[in-house]
Amino acid sequence: MKFKSPQENYESSKKAVGYICREDAKQEDYDKMGFRSGLEVHQQLAVDRKLFCHCPTGIYQKPNEYDAEFLRHMRPTLSELGTYDGAALMEYKTKKQITYRISTQTACTYEMDEAAPFAINPQALQYALRIALLYKFNIANETHIIRKQILDGSFPTGFRRTAILGIDGEIKLENKKIKLTQINIEEDACREISDIKHSRIFSTDRLGTPMIEIVTSPDMKSPQETMDVCNHIRFMNRSTEEVKTGIGSGRQDINVSCTGGSRIEIKGVAHTKWIPNLTHNECFRQWALLAIKNILNQRTNKEKWEINSVKLNPCDFNFNYAPLCEAIERKEKIHAVNLPHFKGILSHFTQPNKTFYDEYTHRLKVIACLERPNIITSEDIKNKIDTQILEKIKNQLQAQENDAQLIFWAPDADVEIALETIKERSLMAFDGVPSETRKACPDGTTIFERIQPGVDRMYPDTDTSPIPVDNKLIEKLSQDLPDEIHLRYKELKKHKVPTDCYPYIFTHNYIPIIRNISNELNYDFKTISIFFGHKIKHLHGQYKNIPFDIQRIYDLFAFLKNKKLDIGIAYCMLKQMFIHPKMDFCSILNTLNFKEIKKQEIIDRISFIQKKFKPTRSETSDKDKINSIMGQLRNMGVGNINLSELSEHITI
Amino acid sequence: MNEDIFQGYKGKSLEILKKYNAHVWDDAEIETISGKFSGKILPRAENTDSVHIVLKLPTGYNLGINIHNITSIKSTKVAQPNLKIEKKKTPYTQGLPKVKLLGTGGTIASRLDYRTGAVVPAFSPDELYSAVPELANICNLETEKVFAVFSENMGHKQYIALAHKIEEEVKKGVDGIVIAHGTDTLHHTSAALTFMCQNLPVPVVLVGSQRSSDRPSSEAALNLMHATTAAGKGNIAEVLVCMLATTSDTYGYLHKGTRVRKMHSSRRQTFRTIDDTPVATVTVDGVRPIKENYQVRRTDKQMKIIPTFDDRVSILYFYPGMKPDILDSLVDKGYKGIIWMGAGMGHINKEMYEAVERAHKAGIHQYMTLQTIWGHSNMLVYDSGRDAMAKGIIPCENMLSEVAFVKLSWALGQTQDPEEVKKIMLTPINDEITLREPYNGFLVQQGEE
Repeated sequence: MKFKSPQENYESSKKAVGYICREDAKQEDYDKMGFRSGLEVHQQLAVDRKLFCHCPTGIYQKPNEYDAEFLRHMRPTLSELGTYDGAALMEYKTKKQITYRISTQTACTYEMDEAAPFAINPQALQYALRIALLYKFNIANETHIIRKQILDGSFPTGFRRTAILGIDGEIKLENKKIKLTQINIEEDACREISDIKHSRIFSTDRLGTPMIEIVTSPDMKSPQETMDVCNHIRFMNRSTEEVKTGIGSGRQDINVSCTGGSRIEIKGVAHTKWIPNLTHNECFRQWALLAIKNILNQRTNKEKWEINSVKLNPCDFNFNYAPLCEAIERKEKIHAVNLPHFKGILSHFTQPNKTFYDEYTHRLKVIACLERPNIITSEDIKNKIDTQILEKIKNQLQAQENDAQLIFWAPDADVEIALETIKERSLMAFDGVPSETRKACPDGTTIFERIQPGVDRMYPDTDTSPIPVDNKLIEKLSQDLPDEIHLRYKELKKHKVPTDCYPYIFTHNYIPIIRNISNELNYDFKTISIFFGHKIKHLHGQYKNIPFDIQRIYDLFAFLKNKKLDIGIAYCMLKQMFIHPKMDFCSILNTLNFKEIKKQEIIDRISFIQKKFKPTRSETSDKDKINSIMGQLRNMGVGNINLSELSEHITI
Repeated sequence: MNEDIFQGYKGKSLEILKKYNAHVWDDAEIETISGKFSGKILPRAENTDSVHIVLKLPTGYNLGINIHNITSIKSTKVAQPNLKIEKKKTPYTQGLPKVKLLGTGGTIASRLDYRTGAVVPAFSPDELYSAVPELANICNLETEKVFAVFSENMGHKQYIALAHKIEEEVKKGVDGIVIAHGTDTLHHTSAALTFMCQNLPVPVVLVGSQRSSDRPSSEAALNLMHATTAAGKGNIAEVLVCMLATTSDTYGYLHKGTRVRKMHSSRRQTFRTIDDTPVATVTVDGVRPIKENYQVRRTDKQMKIIPTFDDRVSILYFYPGMKPDILDSLVDKGYKGIIWMGAGMGHINKEMYEAVERAHKAGIHQYMTLQTIWGHSNMLVYDSGRDAMAKGIIPCENMLSEVAFVKLSWALGQTQDPEEVKKIMLTPINDEITLREPYNGFLVQQGEE
């Protein structure tokens, strides 16, 4: 076998897998791999108290702003049908100490799991039902609160209270329908502050905030389409005015698979713009794992395969890799593991700048609580181990030429779990893609978060009674629903509004106000849409927020109409509104030194200025002449006359 | 059996299930006026309405369908799932203490009961070991279900049965006894057992949990580990209550059975020692005494049991404007003992005096305890106290009302003689009356912990 450096192996395996960057990928590339994706879109409801207690929502505290701490250990419990959930057992294995920070301002004994739930927030339930109706979900006549077991500590109870409100909804895209499988109402989780070794710290401020979750079927065939659907759902939610907006108010979990792969759930994606890269890379990661599966099964068979390991005496080796030396100082134990037939696998491409070796390191962090860096291997891209030392270790392991080695360090108590984790992950490689929940990284790659929980983690909530949802309530909520986003798309298109205006208008649900200004005040729909989609967006970005109620924009146009002023002055006034949010419109006009002058008076000045016009250069074009005249009349004209109309009066 | 295949359904919902030949646990497709629902038909809890059918969807979520919206049901029969709790063979470890766990109905491991919507307890050692494997490192555990009642339904029959059971186990030579108990009246039972089982050679530890054990955050497993540690390895041979000391899963308190009270309806650290500190703290590493005056473990198997109880005792909680006829009616109904819960240091209104006197003359034993919970009664400080004493009410110092109730019932089971009863009442058996209240015996949490 020709010797390849880990870097060369990474590159060649990346090529063999057929990785291309997203910009170069075409639909047929995704079709070839059988790309499939589905979404779980979470969004907080715009209510001011939590779902099952009377604490306020929307107050986020700094990590050190808290009044008390308490500590919990979670234990897996039997499901309704008498079994334990795999993910729950994994979390138990990690033996985490979970500390919760609590502040009297944002949490009560309910969040501490020291009191039973109060009746469900009826406003939240109504908002959620109305959203469910907007998506044409088949509404359940009785809502049953369920406990969804989550042992990672994000709930002090060890479960999330959640309920399904309806099934089988849909959204319409331009050219296809996407099926929505279900909509739930649920509590938002704690916010993680830190996760180091066996200790996790959470803040309870966000815990219990009412949320909806909308689940799509895995109908999306490309990364772009996944993002489009997610945006569509976000825009629909916002059109109800009943969901919270802003940072942290919405997140999504994305399911991705490829042909022969598994459903992988990428958790907690905060921005829709991250979706394309994440799903693209995940599809290729699965493709790469399938390639690894083939290589391994050609080399050996899973049933025969076994790891062996030895404990290394640090005195026998002159390690110089700093994290390992520090571990030796902490008196941690060093173990070397031999992975037979794994040569070239550890440095095999999985994601951009990640290799199969990363699959181990993140599992060791999560399951065995070993802080990274936690391993060195025989195939590290950046060399961390001396060749001679490696040879010595290989000898101790009685390793063969085609094997790979992995060295880890851990406190004594964590060694057994670490060895088990390495063995488990290696065996999974023979089967392809293990079913996992993964965490999104900003660079578009993902890391292991936990194994995927199953239906065994669902348990009826014995603290609450089923809540009947009356047909009459449904009828009442069905009236006055906003029109669907695909109809709004059509409307913008019909009026030839530039497409770069769409996202801003939909994100902030400005269609209703644009329609009002256009219909009631009789302004051109396209002009007003552009005013929102370009002008307001620009200042919004510059000032970070809009310091006045958006209805003031309606009032602005009503003012212009009433005063019979030209719309050209609107942007000048808007700028002043951002600077002086409370100033009335007349005062804003004063600030702008605006003087009301009759149209004809301005037009009449043209000939006077024209006479005075003295070209500064010998050859002056007509255009220069017009510009010069307009320049002198602009200040006087803005608000009094449409400037293009004015320029038409200039005859050379 | 018909009842089983339609578990919990009644009225119209039962009719519709029968009409479509659908049963509980069937996989069903239910067509409604608004669309189709597919899933498993679940039993319905008894106290809910009769117009919904409960379905478990393949995703694990449950929902209810109004029968008036149903247009058809297609169902496939599926056998009832086996709802047995997992069992693992309990290992025996030479050298570990032998602890007997007596069950009264509390839950350590449990799962849902569809009939009531409540939880079914797991109890056999193998079931327990499967739920709390750590127990095997603490002791060799034997279990016995003595009865299965909710805490609020415990009474003198159960106290007496437990006292006999404790004696039996002590004679067999166990190293300690743990009693799993619901928390609501745990402190009544602990007081009763303190009086009934005297001169214990080994610890008798009562334990419960505030969060049911079907929750991942339940403290049941940790409390049980603490209780078995206290029973098997601890040196305090008394009747103790073992529950978490704080809301955190860190350590437990061991409270004297006569000085402890449930002080919060839902919090984990609900049990508090009143007018004193707990006897000890406990973790899985062992028991650390806080107090010094406790009975130490002995190797003999001797103890005394006095399993008596007269249930004609009641508690009267004084309130302003209280009418004497309440007391009169208790006398008329043949009650023999009254525990008063007086205002302040033990006061009742003047209007009551005549009735108190009438009761006293009728031979009713009347004792005064405090609504304030903390502190000593002192009926000499104010005239009203002196008056009440003169009419026949005897102050109980700082004995807790529930403890005084149990003790008077227990005493009246032995004698009716007023002087004898008074002697029994006012002679502390295990700190139900303490003469010194330490500075840190009054702990009411007000923003600090």
